[in-house]
Amino acid sequence: MKRAEEEIGRGTAVIVEQLTKRFNGGAPVLDGLDLAIAPGEFVALLGHSGSGKSTLLRTLAGLDPVTEGSVKRPRDVSVVFQEHRLLPWKRVWKNVVLGQEDKDIRQRAETVLDEVGLSHRKTAWPLTLSGGEAQRAALARALVREPAFLMLDEPFAALDALTRLKMQQLVADLWEKHRCAVLLVTHDVDEALLLADRAVVLERGRIRVDVSIPLPRPRRHADPPFEALRTLLLDALGVHAS
Amino acid sequence: MSDTIILTGTHKTGDSRKKKLTLEKLVFVRRYASPLLLVCFWQLACSSGMISTRLVASPAQIAVTGWSLLRDGTLPYNLGVSLLRAVSGLGIAISTGVVLALISGLSRLGEDIVDAPLQILRTLPALALVPLFILWFGIGETPKVLLVALGATFPIYLNLHKGIRTIDPKLLEMASTLGLTRWQTIKDVFLPGALPDFLTGLRYAVGVSWLMLVVAEQVNAESGIGHMMMDAEDFLRTDIILVGLLVYGMLGLLSDQIVRFLEAALLAWRPDRRKGQQA
Repeated sequence: MKRAEEEIGRGTAVIVEQLTKRFNGGAPVLDGLDLAIAPGEFVALLGHSGSGKSTLLRTLAGLDPVTEGSVKRPRDVSVVFQEHRLLPWKRVWKNVVLGQEDKDIRQRAETVLDEVGLSHRKTAWPLTLSGGEAQRAALARALVREPAFLMLDEPFAALDALTRLKMQQLVADLWEKHRCAVLLVTHDVDEALLLADRAVVLERGRIRVDVSIPLPRPRRHADPPFEALRTLLLDALGVHAS
Repeated sequence: MSDTIILTGTHKTGDSRKKKLTLEKLVFVRRYASPLLLVCFWQLACSSGMISTRLVASPAQIAVTGWSLLRDGTLPYNLGVSLLRAVSGLGIAISTGVVLALISGLSRLGEDIVDAPLQILRTLPALALVPLFILWFGIGETPKVLLVALGATFPIYLNLHKGIRTIDPKLLEMASTLGLTRWQTIKDVFLPGALPDFLTGLRYAVGVSWLMLVVAEQVNAESGIGHMMMDAEDFLRTDIILVGLLVYGMLGLLSDQIVRFLEAALLAWRPDRRKGQQA
């Protein structure tokens, strides 16, 4: 198994070249994929289930090995999954600084929990958190590592509609502040339009559409320039708006 | 007449609370009334001669005997000996079980080496090893402690092994994306995640320990609760035998309570253990 993944220092872009991935010799899940993400760029990755977007994210996160092609990414990366994946036996702030071992970790945990609006729950047990609170804690855990590249794997898919809106706003604010490169995997075209600089639609392991979203921020769901882009993306996803 | 439905709840006043309290007390009384009645019936049967006191001592006699055994030091001494055996056997079982479970839980190679022989040994009834243990280790403390250790190792091993193997793989993925070292993953994910199963195993192990001890002490022993009971058999002292049984029962109950307490203290993060407690 050739491990072509190269880890590069902070501030460098993500570069995926000719990444091909197949499971058990079947049809490729990723098929000669090329993708580059500039430092500080916010990219939304759209696609149907089975289009390979989760596989791409897992490969970038280092959870799946690179077998064909090459991946370059910064050394400091963080992932937020659809499920919060907090350790239920550690209090929220300890989850946030899990694996960090400097002296001022408590201080850092408090700062970042304050940023995500969760400072009042810092000593709570994770199982007592609401879905939105748990995802905030997961975001805090990702941010405390000051990643150069942040991966979000459908982070709001399991939240209710109102909480999702709040969390999208929170991510927008945090990104403005931290300016790390972000790859957001999502099903939600509106979410992509609200947050990203660029939207990439994946289909059968290849990039079908790659469009930039040159809209000024802050954005709102109801902004009229959304319409054309929304139609374009829905079209690429095979959903034809009437 | 009207489409409105009014739903009212009973407003709790001081009076109704008092009423509820007496009801709860009644439940408590009901729960213990039946065993108490049985003891009374037993006493009556003994006193009236319906049951021969040579076969079964009366509750009053048991109480008197228990008190005198306590005062002349027989019971405390034998209890101390038994406790020491149980605690050292259990101590050996915990360390062996934990080490073996870690080896086979944390590596596939370890599982191949450790798990198969343990699964085979597990099917042997440990009590059937008594004759062999006496041949190997004589009739001193060693065979008794080892017998307890042998019996109690399996529940610890099996449960902890299962606990380690059933850790949510999503949490392990998370640990790997956070860049946790192997040691940090073991310390922060595997061990605390397997703790509930370990404690379940510990509870079984404690129960097994007493069982093994009873047998070990009755087969050959110079001291201990089991020996005290076997000694009493020679003199037809059913009262002493029953005191011994009572002590075994209370020891089992007490050790179970200790493990329950441990569970409540160590698993505070589980919501079902935090009823009524707001974080």
